[in-house]
Amino acid sequence: MNAAPIKLKSREAPLLQVKGLKKHFAMSKPFLNRLLEGGEQQTVKAVDGLDLDIPRGQTLSLVGESGCGKSTVARLIMGLSSPSGGSILFDGADISRAPAGQPADIRRRMQMIFQDPYASLNPRWRVADIIAEPLRTYGMCASRQEQRREVDRLLEFVGLNAKDGDKFPHEFSGGQRQRISIARAISTKPEFLVCDEPTSALDVSVQAQILNLMREMQRELGLTYLFISHDLAVVNFMSDWIGVMYLGRLVEVSPAAELFANPQHPYTRLLLDTIPDLEMSKRDRQPAAGEVPNPINPPPGCHFRPRCALANERCRREAPVLRVYDGGVSASCHAVEEGRANEPITVQASAAQSLRAAV
Amino acid sequence: MSDTSFAGRLRSFADSDLFYSFRRSKTTVIAAAALALLFFGAIFAPVIAPFDPFDIAHLNLLDSELPPAWMEGSNSAYWLGTDTQARDVLSSILYGLRISLFVGFASVILAAVLGVFLGLVGGFVGGIVDAVIMRVADVLLSFPAILVALLINGVMRGILPANQHESAAILVLVLAIGLTNWVQYARTVRGSTLVERQREYVQAARTIGVGRLRIMLTHILPNVLGPVLVIATINLGMAVLTEATLSFLGVGMPATQPSLGTLIRVGNEYLFSGIWWVVIFPSATLAVLVLAVNLIGDWLRDALNPKLR
Repeated sequence: MNAAPIKLKSREAPLLQVKGLKKHFAMSKPFLNRLLEGGEQQTVKAVDGLDLDIPRGQTLSLVGESGCGKSTVARLIMGLSSPSGGSILFDGADISRAPAGQPADIRRRMQMIFQDPYASLNPRWRVADIIAEPLRTYGMCASRQEQRREVDRLLEFVGLNAKDGDKFPHEFSGGQRQRISIARAISTKPEFLVCDEPTSALDVSVQAQILNLMREMQRELGLTYLFISHDLAVVNFMSDWIGVMYLGRLVEVSPAAELFANPQHPYTRLLLDTIPDLEMSKRDRQPAAGEVPNPINPPPGCHFRPRCALANERCRREAPVLRVYDGGVSASCHAVEEGRANEPITVQASAAQSLRAAV
Repeated sequence: MSDTSFAGRLRSFADSDLFYSFRRSKTTVIAAAALALLFFGAIFAPVIAPFDPFDIAHLNLLDSELPPAWMEGSNSAYWLGTDTQARDVLSSILYGLRISLFVGFASVILAAVLGVFLGLVGGFVGGIVDAVIMRVADVLLSFPAILVALLINGVMRGILPANQHESAAILVLVLAIGLTNWVQYARTVRGSTLVERQREYVQAARTIGVGRLRIMLTHILPNVLGPVLVIATINLGMAVLTEATLSFLGVGMPATQPSLGTLIRVGNEYLFSGIWWVVIFPSATLAVLVLAVNLIGDWLRDALNPKLR
C-alpha cells in the first residue's frame, strides 16, 4: 500500500501536516426523543480521514462543491472547532487539541482570512483598532505610538491610506475591507495563512486585485497558504497544489498544472468540465449529473459512485484510498488504479488553458 | 473624520436620521415636550413647588379640602386645591413625581444591567449556565410581573426590621421592580449574542487569540446594545406603573413620603366624598407620564428599526 499524502518536491519537512483528520457532527434527535420514538444516533462526517502536507512557502488549495467539508478543514486547523480524530502538526507541533489562539507562540504564526469582508470586521471598531488587535493581544508593540506606526505601515502595505485607520469599516468597499482583513491577518508576521474563500464575496475585477496582493505577499513575506475556494479559475491562479474534496474526503491531490492538464479522478474531470470558458462559451457543457448524496447516509464503497460513469461492482463494495501516481499526482479511484479512466480529456485541457489566459 | 467636540457632535446629531424622524413625528414631539415638562417639575420640585407638603409646621387644617383655584370657595394660592390634611395637591404631585421617576429610572437601570449581563453570559457561554439562566427567566415570565414584585417586596420587608420599613421603602421598590424586569433584557441580549458570536469578526478575534471575556465585552456587547435602549425606554413606563400599583396596594411608598401611586391610593378613599381633585390630578399626571414615555419608546423602536425606514 502506498496511500501516502502528497509527494514533496523538496525534502524539507512540510510547514503544516494533517493526518487522518476527522470531524463528525452529531445530527441525532435529542436523547429523550430517541428514547421514546426510537431512531438511531446519526452523524455527519464533514471531514472523514483527511491527509494533507503543505510545503513551506507554497500554496495548497482545497476545492469542491458546497458542503464537501473544505471550510470545516479551515476551522479545524485554526482551532475554531475541535477535531473528532486525527492530528494537525504545525512545524512539527501537534495543535489539534488546542483551542483557537492557543498556544500563543504557535497560533501567532498562523492567521486566517475570512470569506465575508462585511462580517469579519467588527462594525463598531475603527479600522486602526481592528488591525491593532493582534498586536495588542500578543504584546508586539511597546508603545501606542509604535503600534500606530505599525498599523499605518500595514495599511500602506495592503494598498490603503494610513489615514484610513480612523474610519469605520462601513466606509469601505468590499475589496478595501478584505484588504483590512488581510492587514489584520499579517500584523502578527505569520508564516501560514488560511484563506477561506477570500474572494468569493467580491466583484470579479476586485478579486484580481486581492489575488495579486496575496501573491505579492507570498513572494515578499514567504507565506504558506491553505487556500479554500470553489472557483477553479481563482484556484488555478493561486495554487502550487490542488486538493479536490468530495463529501469529506480527498479524491485527488495534484500539482496545479498537472491537475488542470491531466485530471485523473472522474469527479475532478466533472468539476473542470463545468467551468465556462471564453473560447467555447456557447458549447453544451457536460452537465454535472446527479446530486451530492445525503451526507448523513453516504453510499457504501466510493462516495462518488452514484454519479460516476466509470463505476463498477468494485466501486460499490470497496472504498478507494489515495494512491500516488507519476508526477506527484494522487487520486483515490479504482478506475484510475485499474487504468479504466484513460479516455482523452482534450476539452477540459483547453478550458484550463483559456482560463489561465483569462486570469 | 468625525468631529468629536461637543458642538460638532450636537451638529451631527441635528443632521442625523434619528433627529429628522423625531421632528417629523408630531406625536413624538408633543410627548417629548410633555415629558420634559414633567422631568423639569420633578427635578426642580423643591424650587418651584408653591408649598412643602412635608413641612407639618406650615400646614393649616383650616385650608383642608379646598377645591382647585378656578372653583367656588377656593384659595388661589392652592392651584389644584388641597387634600384632607391641607396639603397642596400640586406640590404633592411634584414631589410624588420625583419619587416615581427615581424608582422608575433606578429599577430600569438595575434591570438593564442585570439582564444584559445575564443574557450576554448565557448566550456566549451556553450549555448549563445558559440553561439555568433561561429557565429562571421562564419561571419569572410565567407569573404576572406584579405578583413577582409583590413577592420580592414581601420577602425583603420580612427581612428588614419593622422600624426601617419606611426609610428603606424606596430601595425595596427599586429592587423588587428591577429584579422582576430583567428577563426581557436577558432574552433579547441572549438572542443577539447567539447571532453575533457566530459572526466572522468574533471568530477572527478567536483565531487571533483574544480571551473570552475580552471578546464578550469589547466585541459582542457594543453590538447587542441597540435594542436595549428601546426596551429600557418602554420599560420605564412599565416600571413607573408597577411602582404606582405597588404603592396603590399599600406595599410601596408610605403616606409620609408619597409617590404618585400613594397619592392615588390616599385620594381614592375620598373620591365619593366629593373631593375628586385629590385623586384625579395625580392620576392624570401618572397617565400623561406613562403615555409620553410609551409614545417615545414606540417611536424609538420604529426609528431604530432599519426595516421600517
